[in-house]
Amino acid sequence: MSEAQAKPRVITLKGRKVVGGKATAEALVSTQTISGWGGINEREGSVIELHHQLNGVSFAGKVLVFPGAKGSSGWSAYWHMCRLNGTAPAAMIFTRMTTKIALGAVVSRVPTVTDLDGDVFELIETGDLVEVDADAGVVTITKR
Amino acid sequence: MRLTDHERAMLDGGHGEAAARAMDLLVRYGEALGAERLVETRNVAGAFNASTPSVREIAEDSLDRVFSELNLDSDDVIEIPHVAVPTCQLITGIDNDNFATQGVDPELADLQLRSEQYLGKRGINLMCTCTPYQVGNVPVMGEHCAWMESSAVIYANSVLGARTNVEGKESTGAAALTGRIPYWGLHCPENRFAQHLIRVETEVGDMAEWGVLGYFTGFAVEEEIPAFEGLTDQPSLVKLKHFGAAAASSGGVELYHMPGITPEAASLDAAFGPNARPEPAVYGAAERRRTWERLQNASDRKLDFVMLGCPHNSIEQMALIAELLDGKRIHSDTELWVHTPSAIRQVADRSGYTAIIEAAGGVVMSDTCPSISRKVPAGTRVIATDSAKQAHYLPAIAKVQGWFGSVEQCVNSAIAGEWLGVVQ
Repeated sequence: MSEAQAKPRVITLKGRKVVGGKATAEALVSTQTISGWGGINEREGSVIELHHQLNGVSFAGKVLVFPGAKGSSGWSAYWHMCRLNGTAPAAMIFTRMTTKIALGAVVSRVPTVTDLDGDVFELIETGDLVEVDADAGVVTITKR
Repeated sequence: MRLTDHERAMLDGGHGEAAARAMDLLVRYGEALGAERLVETRNVAGAFNASTPSVREIAEDSLDRVFSELNLDSDDVIEIPHVAVPTCQLITGIDNDNFATQGVDPELADLQLRSEQYLGKRGINLMCTCTPYQVGNVPVMGEHCAWMESSAVIYANSVLGARTNVEGKESTGAAALTGRIPYWGLHCPENRFAQHLIRVETEVGDMAEWGVLGYFTGFAVEEEIPAFEGLTDQPSLVKLKHFGAAAASSGGVELYHMPGITPEAASLDAAFGPNARPEPAVYGAAERRRTWERLQNASDRKLDFVMLGCPHNSIEQMALIAELLDGKRIHSDTELWVHTPSAIRQVADRSGYTAIIEAAGGVVMSDTCPSISRKVPAGTRVIATDSAKQAHYLPAIAKVQGWFGSVEQCVNSAIAGEWLGVVQ
């Protein structure tokens, strides 16, 4: 970090709990929805969909920021397997509610929030430090 | 979430440990969705079978552990009782009779058989197809269901007027043991009105053309609800099955309205209800051609494998394939697998269709498909299929080149050993 830069800028957003809990980790941002079945490798916790912006990138242990789920009804089952394999994200922030993402977040059992009062794709960049306090519905972003 | 007295009693353990765990999951899931209550269902279609390599480790412990973990999200192993409401098993990864042809490990095939005995004993109907509506599970208009399988969900909502969201392994497990599912999304009538209008200005006639229109629709509306005008063909079950499977693959469409064809909206006014009617997206000859080309993910014409029956074939489709193959011989370098539910296979056997397909060198499979099983004949580089859904998924899953065309194009190409199809 250069001398010219100000000290880390902290942004706080308020939203709604989807799954309770609290976690802090580096953000991984995808502006594209993610598939379960056929879209991720549950052993590595990585995106495998061809042409996807996160193709080959692991979300294990990250705060995954993305619009939500797409694809097969096997979505929750694959994210469930990520939890069992220890490759689930540390927390999730998403913007588009569907049955796939809701059930997937529940069985992943990681702190998850939605309906935040700011544009997460504008405010959060991959590498930012993000705390998700899902019970309070509060996301705190410390810019990198 | 508001619970009824009965639901509260289930959650508190008054109806056994399995129902309590199931209610616990439904409450967590319902609250995640923002649902205010649950709704009763007596029609569940889910995935309970232990037939994948990753399940084997859990199954070595016990089949109760497989259900507890993967269908109820329970850390503890619960003794699973008989299901509370009618429940069926959807498509699986293994054909019990043709697993050797598939190239499946015999130990996994044995695990699937043990799993089936376990599930049958608990009242789960082993339909083992992506099309339960073809073999006796036909929900009626307005019926609340808890179904997985995107091609079945769009069929149930649109063609039958039933009400279901796209459920998952865990929510269908919980629904089977409680007869409840969150009242959210497409269970609510106010969420079932059209948001997009598609104006059809070209002929949509045979099954392949309906599949291409479906593939176009998914790209056009993503996960939202379209209504259609300008259709001149009266579609059959087979055509709407292919249309919906395609729309649920290129997009995430779960419901559509075709006034005069589907039951929920007799007119465009009824389809849109309180929603403003948007400018139409036009589907003309140019769009059809472009979408058809988008389904071709191949350049080599030498054909290794032809896959028919996605979603699983009806008896009418089995009869047509037998007619096309009667007295012919599939090329020695090409394999042909035809997929149909085992209940329909029995009719195909009796009607002599299976014998004709086998005499031509084809294989009739049930219970599975190559995208679900991830199994294609060894050495396959180039495939062809009459299904837009399979053409969408299989090239990526099996890392092969894929052609799409009509059933006639596919069968004739299997006989020739090379792709003869043309974009229409």
